[in-house]
Amino acid sequence: MDLYEYQGKQYFARYGIPTSPGGVADTVDEAVARADAAGYPVVVKAQVKVGGRGKAGGIKLAEDADEVRQHAGAILGMDIKGHLVHRVWVEHASDIAEEYYASFTLDRPEKNYLGMLSAEGGVEIEEVAATNPGAIALIHLDPAGGLDLEAARRWVDDAGLDEAARDEAAGVLVSLYRCYDDGDCDLAEINPLILTTDGRVHALDAKVTLDDNARFRHPEWDEFAATETDDPREQMAKEKGLNYIGLSGDVGIIANGAGLAMSTCDVVNQVGGSPANFLDIGGGANADVMSAALEVINADPSVRSIFVNIFGGITRVDEVAKGVIEALGRVDLRSPIVLRLDGTNAEEGRALLLPHLSDRLVAEPTMLEAARRAVSLAAAAGERGASVGGERA
Amino acid sequence: MSIFVDETTTVVVQGVSPKSQGLYHGLRNRAYGTKVVAGTNPKRGGEVIGGIPVFATVAEAVEATGAIASFISVPPPFAAAAILEAAEAGISFIVCITEGIPAHDEAKTYNRLVREHPGTRLLGPNCPGVISPGKCNIGITSGDIALPGGPVGIVSRSGTLTYQALHELSQQGVGQTTCVGIGGDPVPGTNFIDCLAAFQDDPDTKAIMMIGEIGGSEEERAAEFIAERVTKPVVSYIAGVTAPPGRKMGHAGAIISGSQGTAQAKMEALSAAGALVAQNPTEAGVRMVEIVKELG
Repeated sequence: MDLYEYQGKQYFARYGIPTSPGGVADTVDEAVARADAAGYPVVVKAQVKVGGRGKAGGIKLAEDADEVRQHAGAILGMDIKGHLVHRVWVEHASDIAEEYYASFTLDRPEKNYLGMLSAEGGVEIEEVAATNPGAIALIHLDPAGGLDLEAARRWVDDAGLDEAARDEAAGVLVSLYRCYDDGDCDLAEINPLILTTDGRVHALDAKVTLDDNARFRHPEWDEFAATETDDPREQMAKEKGLNYIGLSGDVGIIANGAGLAMSTCDVVNQVGGSPANFLDIGGGANADVMSAALEVINADPSVRSIFVNIFGGITRVDEVAKGVIEALGRVDLRSPIVLRLDGTNAEEGRALLLPHLSDRLVAEPTMLEAARRAVSLAAAAGERGASVGGERA
Repeated sequence: MSIFVDETTTVVVQGVSPKSQGLYHGLRNRAYGTKVVAGTNPKRGGEVIGGIPVFATVAEAVEATGAIASFISVPPPFAAAAILEAAEAGISFIVCITEGIPAHDEAKTYNRLVREHPGTRLLGPNCPGVISPGKCNIGITSGDIALPGGPVGIVSRSGTLTYQALHELSQQGVGQTTCVGIGGDPVPGTNFIDCLAAFQDDPDTKAIMMIGEIGGSEEERAAEFIAERVTKPVVSYIAGVTAPPGRKMGHAGAIISGSQGTAQAKMEALSAAGALVAQNPTEAGVRMVEIVKELG
């Protein structure tokens, strides 16, 4: 789960990482109130989970309440790379002397924690890594160990941060490590970490990705999860406990297992189609799960055919077939379904489905043939839709 | 022959109670012919559940039965402790199928295993397990879709795609020596290279099927290993060509970050290493069948 900047800063605060005084606002009036409380000048920042908001005009300096009103009015409702701005963060503007970069993440190949620290902050770290890798001081940490102040101080020296920043920066890094480790982050990044003209070190931005698997031990994440997604399809799937990701095509996908679901999207693409979504229903493909999956797909107006691809391992295909039949009775589907059922008890499953097959419920023996069928059905529905539209015009 | 497990492997199932996943899977594995010799449950030591003698701890189970492998399907909050308990009891091969373990728990557990229990191999977490057809099945793979007798070794990051691969081969009469599901999590205990090395050294394995997916760089590292060390033919398939960057595709490990971890990069690396890269699971099966026929 990716956090908004303001949520990241709230999360940082739990671990004692200093940030600028500020607050979040959903309206222009609220923005002015936050600015009054933070003290002028302030910065008004669009809250979107996408990079490049500064260039898009989503970050503005305001000297007084009128300017806050003007900027917040412009930024709220702004579309930044397809992300609508619903909230702004308003904070006291800092007098910046230097900008640094600091982050912790999992080094998957090395199977340990990787800390990155650079005296060249404020820009994309990938850019620094590509053009001047020597400017990034790396530290590999044993996940079963930790980061103490002494090691953090050596790391700060190694990165060549300004003398005036070194002691406080070491303290911030220890806190950031605790936030990353105890806070179960996949990524905890401060860019920029700044040294102010009066010699203080604090986080000017916050980029935090939480590990969804650790949610069971973090009740405090509930409020973050409530604001997680903009996509109404994903919101609906999440409420039904489904593993769904919206894509832009017209073939709805339902599969069991993440790998098979990904592969199903790929195969649809290979035969000239375009998947509308990724949906993994996991191991328990019973009628409830299947109904929920079909409901979510059915609610997506761009879907023109549905490809259900199930390989029974521990899940028995006859149970899946019963689930599909029952789900069809519950959900009034707009689009035809193409089924491919294989694996444990596949024969029994296919026999159960036989009396239900029609031009709205088609079975195909292999994944590839089923993909072709689903794509051609979607294309046919698309042409019909286009001709209907033409007549109206 | 096979890798990691064979007909002599004795298994203790951790977390056995009348309604537990552990018992359910343990009984399935035993029905397949796996030597399931013990179960554990701190509150049920001394009982016999489903015909499986239960001990309070793994250490007691090992002492009484000599079990060398363990099978873990306990919920995520308890998985790391279960893995360490097995290693401390001297278990040399642990299969953990639990899905949803926090990445930091995995990283901490992995590093402790490497440092404190170098003789223990962990398979998983979040994997379907391992099957040496006709000999031993630890995990959730359906035994019906596997065919004994080799000559293909399979290693895969994904559960259902592993089944798909087994199915494609078995249907064509091509058997498997061992099929290993390494799992889709960020810190797998056993990786592609461990399995490729074991298959390369196994005289009965004549060809290797490797199924990867987006995220991380394990496939790229496996490609380097194939180029340097693997002389047997390798057919591979990578899932996730159409996956959008920055989104986890179900598996915690399956995420494209920046330019890292794309299916295209993995396919190119494997192809350059001499592996035959198929565009879909069916094609992977067909190509492998052709290779096996050529081998005679």
